[in-house]
Amino acid sequence: MSTTADSNYVIETRHLAIFYGDFKAVTDVNLRIQRHKITAIIGPSGCGKSTLLRSFNRMNELVPESHASGQVLFDGQDLYARQVDPVEVRHRIGMVFQKPNPFPKSIYENIAWGARVHGYRGNMDELVERSLHQAALWDEVKDILHRSGLALSGGQQQRLCIARTIAVQPEVILMDEPASALDPIATLKIEELMEELKRNYTIIIVTHNMQQAARVSDYTAMMMLANGHARSGTVIEFDETNKIFTRPSDKRTEDYVTGRFG
Amino acid sequence: MPGKKEAAQGTGYPVRKEGLRKRRRVGETIIQSLLFFAGFFSIFTTLGIVYELGKEALLFFRTPEVDPWEFLTGTSWQPHINEFGILPLATSTFITSLIAMTIAIPLGMAAAIYLSEYASHKVRRTLKPILEILAGLPTIVYGYFALMFVTPLLRSLFGNDVVQIYNMASGGLVMGILILPLIASMSEDALNAVPRALREAAYGLGATKLEVVLKVVVPAALSGIAAAIIVGISRAIGETMIVAVSVGAGPNFTFNPFQSAETMTGHIVRISGGDLSYDSIDYNSIFAIGLLLFFITLTLNIVSQRIVRRFREVYE
Amino acid sequence: MKKNNPSYSNGGRFRDNLATRHRAGVIWQIVFQASTVIGIIALTALLLNIIDGAFGYVAYEARVDPASLAVDGVAIEDLPQELLVEILRQNLSSGAFNKLDNEIPFNERSRINVYDLVIERIVRYDVTESWTLRESLTQGAEIRARVIEEYPDAELRFISWINAEFIQRPQSSEAVNAGVRTAILGSLLTILVTILVAFPLGVGAAIYLEEYALDNWLNRLIRTNINNLAGVPSIIYGILGLAIFVRVLGVLTSGAVFGSVDPTTASGRTVLSAGLTLALLVLPLIIINAQEALRAVPQSLRQASLSVGATKWQTVWSHVLPNAIPGILTGTILAVSRAIGETAPLIVVGASTAISFDPNIFSRFTTLPIQIYQWTARPQAEWRHLAAAAILVLIVLLLSLNATAIVLRNRSTKRF
Repeated sequence: MSTTADSNYVIETRHLAIFYGDFKAVTDVNLRIQRHKITAIIGPSGCGKSTLLRSFNRMNELVPESHASGQVLFDGQDLYARQVDPVEVRHRIGMVFQKPNPFPKSIYENIAWGARVHGYRGNMDELVERSLHQAALWDEVKDILHRSGLALSGGQQQRLCIARTIAVQPEVILMDEPASALDPIATLKIEELMEELKRNYTIIIVTHNMQQAARVSDYTAMMMLANGHARSGTVIEFDETNKIFTRPSDKRTEDYVTGRFG
Repeated sequence: MPGKKEAAQGTGYPVRKEGLRKRRRVGETIIQSLLFFAGFFSIFTTLGIVYELGKEALLFFRTPEVDPWEFLTGTSWQPHINEFGILPLATSTFITSLIAMTIAIPLGMAAAIYLSEYASHKVRRTLKPILEILAGLPTIVYGYFALMFVTPLLRSLFGNDVVQIYNMASGGLVMGILILPLIASMSEDALNAVPRALREAAYGLGATKLEVVLKVVVPAALSGIAAAIIVGISRAIGETMIVAVSVGAGPNFTFNPFQSAETMTGHIVRISGGDLSYDSIDYNSIFAIGLLLFFITLTLNIVSQRIVRRFREVYE
Repeated sequence: MKKNNPSYSNGGRFRDNLATRHRAGVIWQIVFQASTVIGIIALTALLLNIIDGAFGYVAYEARVDPASLAVDGVAIEDLPQELLVEILRQNLSSGAFNKLDNEIPFNERSRINVYDLVIERIVRYDVTESWTLRESLTQGAEIRARVIEEYPDAELRFISWINAEFIQRPQSSEAVNAGVRTAILGSLLTILVTILVAFPLGVGAAIYLEEYALDNWLNRLIRTNINNLAGVPSIIYGILGLAIFVRVLGVLTSGAVFGSVDPTTASGRTVLSAGLTLALLVLPLIIINAQEALRAVPQSLRQASLSVGATKWQTVWSHVLPNAIPGILTGTILAVSRAIGETAPLIVVGASTAISFDPNIFSRFTTLPIQIYQWTARPQAEWRHLAAAAILVLIVLLLSLNATAIVLRNRSTKRF
């Protein structure tokens, strides 16, 4: 995998807008995502956070009639260029979903399947073990690798999904409210895990939990329904997390992070 | 935990020089084409039906002995003397279907209401499979039942001189039993789709169960029930074996349900079951009748689908 | 109801009005319940009627009295094989005798087989009269008295028309010897052709429509078309099958193209044509059922697979299909059981009246429902008993299929 050494930014969006049919869900987003950092996307519900996140690995295309305008540059290549293969994009930019969704297969297969799809020729047992280690799940499942992934607890399932994502060795991991369906202890584990993962991966996380954003992220993008667009969301402020939560430059951000909003 | 470089290098994965560029996945394309063919195949079936029925029917109408106007209005179908009026066949199709629907609509709807609104979970679990079995029996079995049970029953009730051995009433009655579970199950689906909130609103006003059912739930599900009825009618018109076995084997222009007659479907079965040569008028005539049958049932099906779609839009 | 409408100023009328409303409720509930029960009564009557026909007294008369064939006072039941062969040689024409010997030489046949031949070819029982189960049970004495009086030579027996021999014997022109072996084999072979064609096509179409098809006019047309085809009367498919498979593709369906022309083949009216016709008939049903099964697979599973960079087909093959397959199989079995019971389209395609040999896909065909139809249509009572017996065979076949479907369905609901 090539890394463009001259750039600190792994993903950069330029005037990105996302449509569902005629409806413009997200408008004019300009972001630069730092490599090996955690970037949080926060904002009120319905402002297009998930839609924006999904546009980074073209998962939004699974919704019929959705399309994007503007650019999403990944290592300098436009993800929406005609010759780009969405399958390849998703290989390089993985995703973890709100609700844990392991395959109804064994824990081992959950991880090995994606690797096999991409023609992995190394030692599969090793890869499975390494991925589970990285997802801080190995110790809990090493004796039950051939049991169904669905037999695990919610938090374990989510870490299994993270391990599954890591196994195909992406550069970026997108996380769509990965802890919203979990209890506080499982949430804490996921947050600790993210801290570990950021050494090797760039993480973009959507969260409605502002404390979580403050705790885990280095950068925060604040989304709101844009002025003048009835139902279209956009990023109104993007900065270091610290700054967003202590001295935001936009009044709306301040209202939101201090809880005065909605 | 492996170091930064190790993970980034992607050990074990083949190196892809083309980066994000589209790769040619030939297998993927072939499979997708095959799947599209499978999806498109049913269009060929329809085209085949329309083309073949149309072509042969045209041959039928082109023969000098046949007059299209007479075909639709003539009251005598006697190919050996070149009389091709479809009315005797059409009326018996109409009468048997009418009898069937008279049985199936009220009973089917009542059964649907009972199963959906009254029956306990346990009762429904026993009754539904029974109705499903009833709907799943081959129609030839119903034909046997009509001839061997219902006809003797009718004859003992109304007298052997009134009821002929082959008669429209017994075929129609048994067809009604066949269609009953169809209407019941489709109507039940429609009743189940009515939101709980609507029922609760009515109960909240102090309505009795019957009032909730008859004045709130059934009207709300009416279009779904209507669609079920239309599908039932279409099924009755196209039903073949029951009438072929029990209604009779000769066109008869009559409105007396106790007399024997021959329906459109019954006629097709009788003609094609004999030794027919491919170029006779007889052979072509079954295509003309088939075409008429096809258009009637197609129209009914389209209407019912329209109704169902509109119904879904209301509640989903 | 209207005139009982309470006016709010007159609160006193609420209570007795309520009683009326409750009474109406009870009455209607009984009506609803009774309607449902009528369905059950009908099913019961139908089954009883079939059972009534499948068992009962039969009076046989032998063309040749078996007692007259006894050798030296030993009844034919107890004769050794050589003497039975000798009886056949004396009573059959030499041509018929040699033909039997050519099929399987007599010294290689079992004694039972030779004995059966003597009964079938020489003694030749005929049904003089038969009674239903109900008549046999309620009027046993009268029946026995009547047989003794009217048919002094006849033998009265209580039989089950459905029995091992009935299932193993081919179709015959005599009721006593008729069986459903050829019909069962015909049904199974026809259905095999149907499944081989309709299952891959149907599942493929469902995958296309659910997983690949965009929402454009063409795919909407395909969807509408499939729904409409599901409602086309089966007899129309028969006419289509006659026109396409028998006439246009006759060379193919008769097997002529493959050089395997069966002399008994009647120009494309073959098992293959019948199977293909039924395949067209059940295709929309299989598609609709398979679509439903695919739709039941949660979207999150597809997303999980795509998010690790799998292609669409990898996703469908490894995750969607394995989870939908129990549902797809259930739907297919239901569609196939519909095909097994179909009669009308096969009559139109050209089922044969009597087939006494085991069919192959290029031979003329008959199926169980066809056999039932032909036997029901005959006026003599004994054929109708046979029809009832054949119906029981058909029902057992269908019930076992449906039981399989239910097992599969129960297994599939446990998955998520």
